[in-house]
Amino acid sequence: MAVKLEFEHKPAPLQSLNDSLIMIKRSSRHILRNTDQLLGAFFQPIMFLVLFASVFGGAISKALPHGVSYLDFLMAGIIVQTVAFGSTTTSLGVCNDLQKGIVDRFRSLPMSNLAVLNGHVVSDLFRNAISTIVMLLTGLVIGFRSSASVMDWLTIAGILVLFTLAFSWVSAVLGLLAKSVEGVQWLGFVFVFPLTFASSAFVPTEGMNKVLRAFAENQPITQIVNAVRALILGRPIGNYGWLAVAWSLGILVVSVPLAAWLFRRKTTQ
Amino acid sequence: MPDTDHVIQVKNLTKSYGANEVLKGVDLQVRRGTMLALLGPNGAGKTTTVRILSTLLRADGGTVTVEGHDVLSEPDKVRSVIGLTGQSAAVDELLTGRENLEMMGRLYRLTKNSARERAQELLEDFDLVAAADRTAKTYSGGMRRRLDLAVSLIATPPVIFLDEPTTGLDPRSRLAMWSIIKKLLADGTTILLTTQYLEEADQLADQIVVIDGGKVIAEGTATELKSKVGKDRLELTFENEQALNKATELLGKNVVSSNPKTSSLTIIIQETNKDVRSTLEKLEVAKLKIEAMEIHKPTLDDVFLSLTGKQKDTNKETK
Repeated sequence: MAVKLEFEHKPAPLQSLNDSLIMIKRSSRHILRNTDQLLGAFFQPIMFLVLFASVFGGAISKALPHGVSYLDFLMAGIIVQTVAFGSTTTSLGVCNDLQKGIVDRFRSLPMSNLAVLNGHVVSDLFRNAISTIVMLLTGLVIGFRSSASVMDWLTIAGILVLFTLAFSWVSAVLGLLAKSVEGVQWLGFVFVFPLTFASSAFVPTEGMNKVLRAFAENQPITQIVNAVRALILGRPIGNYGWLAVAWSLGILVVSVPLAAWLFRRKTTQ
Repeated sequence: MPDTDHVIQVKNLTKSYGANEVLKGVDLQVRRGTMLALLGPNGAGKTTTVRILSTLLRADGGTVTVEGHDVLSEPDKVRSVIGLTGQSAAVDELLTGRENLEMMGRLYRLTKNSARERAQELLEDFDLVAAADRTAKTYSGGMRRRLDLAVSLIATPPVIFLDEPTTGLDPRSRLAMWSIIKKLLADGTTILLTTQYLEEADQLADQIVVIDGGKVIAEGTATELKSKVGKDRLELTFENEQALNKATELLGKNVVSSNPKTSSLTIIIQETNKDVRSTLEKLEVAKLKIEAMEIHKPTLDDVFLSLTGKQKDTNKETK
């Protein structure tokens, strides 16, 4: 053998970080090479935004506070919905890895186990960022206007990043629980669809029946939508900011260790 | 005192899934720089053994050390000295061959430069240069296996596990794989290979362990194993069927089979030199001309059959 091999000798925490960076690079390449998924991340938000705004706009605008256009109202909801659905891609990636046996390869390496999951979760964040930006630009083209300041937008970004991470980790858990790639797609749908529609994302919750309204107003998506919406519309954010952050952190506290545990269990059988 | 001569040591390994006992006390030792072939039918426990040895699976009982490191208490140390090529080619299909190699090199803690140079070297050695920058999705089965093996060699680990590396490959790819494996052995790598192909074990391994039903049922070199079952056989081919019939009559009960189509017969011989000479003398006296003559050693297939008492079955392997 001609090549003289040199090994890195970094302290363990740095090495684990490095492993995660390598896996993030891997999963991000997947995003770029998986053309269908990339097109979805690009065009789905445009489609949703235009459809919702034009189909529901006329009917719902009457129920909105005076002076608020449906497009401006919808923007927060549709961003959160897109991000929530986008997060389920993590479960596909995780499930695929488990099925293809590449996880065995990773686990036979002297690398940090969680790096595989970190890679999927963080690359999901990138794809969701693309979708969100596409959505905002489309919104601007069709008439979306916001009074939010730069600081407000940074706060919105922070809330959304935290929320995406939270949902991606839940999604990782689903990916680890699912028996097949087809199954996990279905699982993601069943998990995200009711949460986004039974929320304040598309319509004000005031018009819902009692039971639905009680659910809608107390579930995480509504808190996040309301926080983002208040910032976009330049209205007082009230408790929604804290509730949004608390929900995301709460979900992370449960889902990250759970995913780690499931990953270890699933891959040692 | 640690035993430094034996790189892999397995003692009394057991593993069950519920009521299904997959391993019932397997013992193995692999000497440095040699290959041990774990030979057995589907479901014998080969893959389970490899998964335990490569830290992917916990055993229920028994001890396993690789390069002196216990797989349970020091899995990371074990992982840094092993390379694993599993049954399903575990490469990332959306990455190119080169990216796969470089990524795995980095995960083995190679520096960026080392990973890059070593990847290039392996692409050359494994005849993958032309396909290096195509995604692995586009590779043929043989190319995928070669990439898979190359990936496990990226950090030149001293110990390699090959779990049925040639299953499902066409004969040409299999030969290519064998020559790569032989080169690894020549470079001093310690290899544990599992296979259901007797010929593969025969060709490559220094030591063969036959397992069936989660138990070691025989071990030794290929020659030792063969000598356990049997005697050599002498195959004689004659001019025509008439000569064959005469010879069959002449040699009597020693003939185990005869084939009129090829005018040949096979006899069992006990002591090779003596029996061959006496047979030839008999034929000489009867003026029967021999067209061709061959001595067959028993094959590992014979060994396998006599040990397991069954044909290689096609049951699905339980992991």
